Amino acid sequence: MNEIIDGFVQAGELILSLDPEVLEITARSLLISLTATVIASLIAIPIGGFIHFREFGGKRGLITIIQTLYALPTVIAGLFVFLILSRVGPFGFLGLLFTPTGMIIGQTVLIIPLMVGMTLIALSGVKKSLQDEVISLGATSSQAILTIVKESRFAILGGVILGFGRAISEVGAAMIIGGNIRGYTRVLTTAIALETSMGNIAFSIALGMILLAIAMVVTIALFLVQEQ
Amino acid sequence: MIEFLHVDKSFGEKEVLKDLSFRVEKGEIFTFIGPSGTGKTTILRLINLLENPTSGSILIDRQATKVSERERVDLRRRMSVVFQKPAAFRGSVYENVSLGLKFRGTAPDEIRVRVAEALHLVGLEGYEERIATTLSGGELQRVAIARALVSRPEILLLDEPTANLDPVSTERIENLILSLNERFGTTIVLSTHDMVQGQRLATRIGVILNKRLGQVGDALEIFYKPESREIARMVGVENVFDGTVTSNDGGLASIDISGITISAICASPPGSQVTAYIRPEELLLRVGKEGMSSARNEIEGTISRVTPIGPNVRVKVDAGIPLIAVITRRSCEDLALFAGARVSVSFKASAIHVGMPRVISSE
Repeated sequence: MNEIIDGFVQAGELILSLDPEVLEITARSLLISLTATVIASLIAIPIGGFIHFREFGGKRGLITIIQTLYALPTVIAGLFVFLILSRVGPFGFLGLLFTPTGMIIGQTVLIIPLMVGMTLIALSGVKKSLQDEVISLGATSSQAILTIVKESRFAILGGVILGFGRAISEVGAAMIIGGNIRGYTRVLTTAIALETSMGNIAFSIALGMILLAIAMVVTIALFLVQEQ
Repeated sequence: MIEFLHVDKSFGEKEVLKDLSFRVEKGEIFTFIGPSGTGKTTILRLINLLENPTSGSILIDRQATKVSERERVDLRRRMSVVFQKPAAFRGSVYENVSLGLKFRGTAPDEIRVRVAEALHLVGLEGYEERIATTLSGGELQRVAIARALVSRPEILLLDEPTANLDPVSTERIENLILSLNERFGTTIVLSTHDMVQGQRLATRIGVILNKRLGQVGDALEIFYKPESREIARMVGVENVFDGTVTSNDGGLASIDISGITISAICASPPGSQVTAYIRPEELLLRVGKEGMSSARNEIEGTISRVTPIGPNVRVKVDAGIPLIAVITRRSCEDLALFAGARVSVSFKASAIHVGMPRVISSE
């Protein structure tokens, strides 16, 4: 019991003294997951818009598949990207395995389905009557799509925040693709996993508290956005 | 300006409009009246090219509308719609009203001037920075009208434009509709279930019944000379009787209705089956014998029911045939009418519209 209390005390010291390694791992985590979120947004929002505004065969089925992938296990996303980036894989020549870039790709793949799904929900939340208004005000198709997307911007942003939350908290893909290399691909979640198994409780608790704080910021941001 | 040729419209299995043909001339106010849920909205949506007819064709300025989406956008930009329940976009009233001009690529300076002008027309000066989604229903309706006017449309489509408004705003909007039509020659197509509004505003009225266009004509024709029982019922002609012409003396005919004979102006020869239509406001009621009536028709009867309707009173009289009269509340009080009282009902021969018995098929 005392060890745990000591762990918390030491963790507090690590954070308050701005321990360089703790800071470095936190910064890397944020950088990788934020980058993945931005890239995923750029891909997922237009895909969501395309699915929402176009009629095509298999639309219903496609949406069901996307919804299933909300719960895509992180290790499977990791495995998939690992295979693609490994030396025998189609993109092996890029040498991205065990690099932060590789981890960004992994997290991007992981959160795209969730963000496409959230975009679809956001767009279908725009009333049909509003879509009629847009068309009858003389919008071209692209003006209409842009206006509707703009109208649902807060709901879409909610999806983006959820995506970031999923990216920063996942451990499977980061571990498989990044390899948890100290000072290079080690992020909050992989560091916690490793340090805990090595008995370095104080360090784990410090990182865990930071991760929780980030999760809390994300939740508050989501709440504020949904208030809009 | 707008022409429908044998237009049918179905949504899936559900047939909404059937064989609709009509023409709206440039500069006229054409009003569709009909009960709620009879496809009036669909007609406006078809004109605005938001819907495609299932069959038949729609011409705008003699131009076919089955064209590319780009050309349809160009056609649509010549008109504006105010929906029955307008939707507001996030953001300010200014952003809402200016949207149509932004789509058209109007210069920002010009947009500012025209938004102010449109808000002035609907009496919402200074509302630019208000948040549109927080407005009351009546204010939003006026914002929607401003949003429609800002592009100076040639054709203005209004779906029940005053359904959500109080009487003062309604009058304001009705005056606005009339002045737009007068000042700018805007062609206006509107739908309403309010017969009186139809009468106040319309150059011509089209009655929608059972998915079809019934009678088309000016207010006098629609309100006094209905073509069928259904139209009569809708426009408030409550006395409708089938009968037989027994004699005709140079246009003054005697018509036998279930044993009661009335005199009416009509050209039908003796033996013709006819339908007589009399507006309830045309019936005069008297108690006792004082003050002889100059009207040709005078029938004795017993009041079966007295129902107040606003400033008026609806009196149902059983006189061998059921007659319905609408009189002012004051005359009802002066005559001291009550259910069971004996009255004599009189009406002029010229107050009766005589038509061929005709029923609009429900198919």
